Amino acid sequence: MDYFLTDEQKMIVDLARKIAEEKVVPVRAELDEKEEFPWKIMEDLAKADLFGIYIPEKYGGFGGGCLENCLAVEQLGRACIGVATTFAASCLGAFPILLFGSEEQKQKYLPEIASGRKLAAFGLTEAGAGSDAGGIRTTATKDGDDYILNGTKQWITNGGEAEIYTIIALTDREKGMRGASAFIVEKGETGFSFGKKEKKMGLRASSTRELIFDHCRVPKDRLIGREGMGFIVAMKTLVLARPGIGALSVGLSQGALDAAVQYAKERVQFGHPIISFQAVQHMLADMATQTEAGRALVYAVARYIDSNPKDISKVSAMAKLFPSDVAMQVTTDAVQVFGGYGYMKDYPVEKMMRDAKILQIYEGTNQIQRSVIGQALNKEYSRTK
Amino acid sequence: MNIVACIKQVPNSAHVRIDPETKALVREGVESIVNPYDMHALEAGLSLKEHYGGKVTVLTMGPPQAETALREALSCGADAAVLLSDRAFAGSDTWATTYILSLGIKKIGHFDLIICGKQAIDGDTAQVGPGLAERLNIPYVTYVRRIEFVENGAMRVQRLMDSGYDVLDLPLPALLTVVKEINEPRLPSLKAKIRAKNQQIPVYGAKELGADEKKIGLAGSFTEVTEIFAPKWDRKRLIIEGPVEEQVEALLKNIKQIRY
Repeated sequence: MDYFLTDEQKMIVDLARKIAEEKVVPVRAELDEKEEFPWKIMEDLAKADLFGIYIPEKYGGFGGGCLENCLAVEQLGRACIGVATTFAASCLGAFPILLFGSEEQKQKYLPEIASGRKLAAFGLTEAGAGSDAGGIRTTATKDGDDYILNGTKQWITNGGEAEIYTIIALTDREKGMRGASAFIVEKGETGFSFGKKEKKMGLRASSTRELIFDHCRVPKDRLIGREGMGFIVAMKTLVLARPGIGALSVGLSQGALDAAVQYAKERVQFGHPIISFQAVQHMLADMATQTEAGRALVYAVARYIDSNPKDISKVSAMAKLFPSDVAMQVTTDAVQVFGGYGYMKDYPVEKMMRDAKILQIYEGTNQIQRSVIGQALNKEYSRTK
Repeated sequence: MNIVACIKQVPNSAHVRIDPETKALVREGVESIVNPYDMHALEAGLSLKEHYGGKVTVLTMGPPQAETALREALSCGADAAVLLSDRAFAGSDTWATTYILSLGIKKIGHFDLIICGKQAIDGDTAQVGPGLAERLNIPYVTYVRRIEFVENGAMRVQRLMDSGYDVLDLPLPALLTVVKEINEPRLPSLKAKIRAKNQQIPVYGAKELGADEKKIGLAGSFTEVTEIFAPKWDRKRLIIEGPVEEQVEALLKNIKQIRY
């Protein structure tokens, strides 16, 4: 399919694909097996200027938008979503600064993130606050010219590896989420440490850790926006990042489809390659159709977002929901096409299927996405009547 | 340091076919890549530039589409590119090619070092690097696996040998051909790719280079490919069974019968 990408967008695709094929594919099984953080690949992505795709040129970035970022993430996801998630999580950590940061904060942090010299991470989730982000308990108490953070964040992607963290904490416990604020915390600051590294079903190359704040003192200029804006910062960040998860999902589906078709052409049973059997053909046809539909949705939504519309929550939820459900289905079917071999670690589809599950869970479960879409519909239709 | 990296656009060897009539490579429909060894030559040039300053120019001779290879080199960080292209160059063997390349080098002007890959994966002659050095009358070292340093107009390099390596000093200007052990070629970057897309690449033909028409193309080539074939290799396999003594006897008998 030709999506009429510009020359520059095609360059991003070519470059990300080259890195995915040359640097990621050869090591993905090993990274998965060893649960090893892909530092070498992060360095390659940094040298290729890919960390700065969505960051304005004045902060050392490329000045692209949501679509450009999605194109890179998709190609990386095609090879390994553990690696792609690590890359994308740095964007997620940067979005609060990009969207709501002061000029000083942008000048200080964005060039480092854009160059890939430092990774970023975003910290919202806590043990008691998953889908219900309003349940966070981490606090930030004003103390003179500083804030003192206390609490524990859970399952933070790039935790321990990133240098720059954007953290949501309560500055006013009475007000609940309206009392939440966003802060920048740097690795190495007193009172900021990391808890256990999680052992996961999939996405094992990525780091998922606790962030522990024990009287962590940060100067007040680390506050992003104003006090009480934390929930808005978090929601706008997640809404902007969701098409990226869609793109990751499209990449993963494409990777699984590539592997399944290739295998079906080679595998001979009953004297014929299994691709000649209708039962297999129909599975592959559905996999290909759904993958392409997911891609079309992600690109369309990303382009729409880049046109700066007022409200993107519904469409961005759609761009996460559909491709991630597709990725789960497509990777499961890819394992089926491979049969017993697909269940073995010798072939890549076993990992792909394990990896796929997270896509329906993180950055808002798919149930939450449906709620977002449902609520938006309710609002839309009452408005038009 | 002014460095010239010579590169060649070659068909991706994974899909190569030879025309049985003309004995030439069939290039149609085959993806073109930069000769992998030449990417190591470029990388060697780029890292020297990072160390000692200067400029890296990539040079190639080929059809107009060889420009793609030059743009790829520019995307990796080369400063300038020069394409030598003319219908009259077609059919040049390594002898004629080194003549044309030497004129291209003269056109580029001042240089301290020329770096080539050890050979191209299509022709596999490994003659162009040394041949070019002879044309330019400069010292050269082939199969370089490491550049130790550049100092006072000279450099020290390591030449890969079958067992171990030689350490050689040579004065500049000079030419090196490099093996893949020397480095890991860098990937292109987005900013360099965008810059490369719009960069002007001068194209010089026979006239611009002032080439003697008898020395270029088929007319200037001494090599004639009379036949290309895959060597026959009849490997026989024999499993000797029975008690050990009989096996040894049978094996000895067989060995004695073998004629080399």
